[in-house]
Amino acid sequence: MEKELKILKYSDLSKLIDRFHEKGYPVLAPIRKGKVVEIEPVQSLDAIALDALLSTQSAKKATFPKVEKVLEYTLDKSGVIQHGVDMESFRETILFGVRPCDASGFKSLDAIFGEEPRDQFYLTKKDKTIIISFSCPNTDEYCFCTSVGGGPGNTAGSDLQFTTISNEEILVEILTEKGAKTAQLFADLLSDPKVAIDKDKFLADVKVAFNCDNVVENTTASFNSASLWLEQSLRCIGCGACAFVCPTCACFDFQDEQNTKKGVRLRLWDSCGFSLFTLHTSGHNPREVQSQRWRQRIMHKFSYMPQQLKVVGCEGCGRCARACPVDMNIKEHLTAIAQV
Amino acid sequence: MNELKTKVTQLLNDKTIDVFIGYGKGSSDRVRAAFVRTQAQVELLIYNEKCTQNLAGYLLKHEVKHLGKIGILANVSALRSIMQLASEFQIKDGEVLVLFPNTDGSLTEFSDFSSIEGYLETTESGIKQEEQDRITQLEAMTVNKRWDFWKAEFDKCIKCYACRAACPMCYCHRCTTDVNQPQWIPVASHERGNLDYHLMRAMHLAGRCVNCGECANACPMDIPLNLLTYQLIEPIRADFGATAGMKADAVYALSTYKPGDKENFII
Repeated sequence: MEKELKILKYSDLSKLIDRFHEKGYPVLAPIRKGKVVEIEPVQSLDAIALDALLSTQSAKKATFPKVEKVLEYTLDKSGVIQHGVDMESFRETILFGVRPCDASGFKSLDAIFGEEPRDQFYLTKKDKTIIISFSCPNTDEYCFCTSVGGGPGNTAGSDLQFTTISNEEILVEILTEKGAKTAQLFADLLSDPKVAIDKDKFLADVKVAFNCDNVVENTTASFNSASLWLEQSLRCIGCGACAFVCPTCACFDFQDEQNTKKGVRLRLWDSCGFSLFTLHTSGHNPREVQSQRWRQRIMHKFSYMPQQLKVVGCEGCGRCARACPVDMNIKEHLTAIAQV
Repeated sequence: MNELKTKVTQLLNDKTIDVFIGYGKGSSDRVRAAFVRTQAQVELLIYNEKCTQNLAGYLLKHEVKHLGKIGILANVSALRSIMQLASEFQIKDGEVLVLFPNTDGSLTEFSDFSSIEGYLETTESGIKQEEQDRITQLEAMTVNKRWDFWKAEFDKCIKCYACRAACPMCYCHRCTTDVNQPQWIPVASHERGNLDYHLMRAMHLAGRCVNCGECANACPMDIPLNLLTYQLIEPIRADFGATAGMKADAVYALSTYKPGDKENFII
């Protein structure tokens, strides 16, 4: 659909959240918990950390949570009885106040989970999620969205995007059918813009750090450059912080928790940074050292995903670098790869 | 600083070491571990008040060991980690060349374990006052309040295992968490899984934690995990007279028995 522009009064923002709740939509938004910013259910606008640069974790947990029940089973004399998950129980949810890199991160997840066999758990939740992003007025040195095709005002993946244009007003971009339907809930609070608005004026200046095409080309060509990957990853300690805060990392593991009468099958986040990730039952590990695991992380996002899914698996949000205990800075490493 | 660069240059030139683990400039105002193997890399070395990471964890990393003989810039936490690793037969005497940065900017070279032990005997290396205050606060809480505190903290956990990866004492080849036959600890990052993991880890570090705080520093979700293991330091000292990371030939309090051991923990 064609994009529609509206104006919302900043003072009406709290009414918006109340309106969503009145109409029965749960609202997920960034909130502060000490030094971290989490995306969690909120009841009112006061709780929302709209001034936060980015949430610590990405918004993926709304549709791909760290622990997800996919099956329950019981055992009796007649055998095993399976109980599936009721897909209808997922409620239409509003993801509010996330950043453009969160919204566009869903295109990687859509591509991964949309492949055959299509992942009904993710796709059902995604279908029922309405994304209202806020464009970015601020940036820091970890951001590099503009190097991977995004930007501080990128609307890809958002149903609605809000841009604060003054202390009093917010520019509302209605971007999708879902967004238009959602905007109907607060149509009385919207007015038409009286003058043309230059949205770019209100956006952060995120400098382009590298040419993404060069990264894709060089990553593919550098698979056997052991020293490149070793140099970049000597300080990597092999935790999963980068993967777990990443908006596009989608690897998972299944675990059953059961006793002799019943059990539950859970889908859990996993990370290629863990040595256990590729460990075979035989004891052999095809990625036996950390540099190979680091290579996998970069290759997956910049070589395999572009080849197989026609999408670069990185949004340039820089969360992995901010979260890394040992300062593995992906922007710096990709810039180096672009120049190989 | 110049003394450090001169020293590392000399150590590399005369092949005393193949790699020196120190600090280099990181992103923004951060510092990061630097693995110096060439003269050009020596220039990357820095040392300032931000250089607090306990680098001893890298001593057992496969790829770092593979680089050859190691030299390391070790702060007090790293010295204690080296002692504890030695007592657990992970590092041999003379295997690692240890440089210690004194507060006046000069360097002390520790050529063997006994010189490190001697230094630690005369150095304050206990828990910082603000951390002790937080532990005192926690201990003053009712059990229910303390339970609520940790429940809220563990609720943030995403089981990325950064705490385990950053800990110099978490070097088990196969962590109990990763064992699945039988599965002792639920893998899921749900309430039970998080609680079991963190308590198991704290118990395994009881009497082994050298209070470097790397677990808490590493946590992307800002959980004060160091308080869990720090809280076990005093009971172990009081009951068994043992403090981790002070002696290279120490015997582990929880795996040895002495007739004089207190048994007041047995209910």
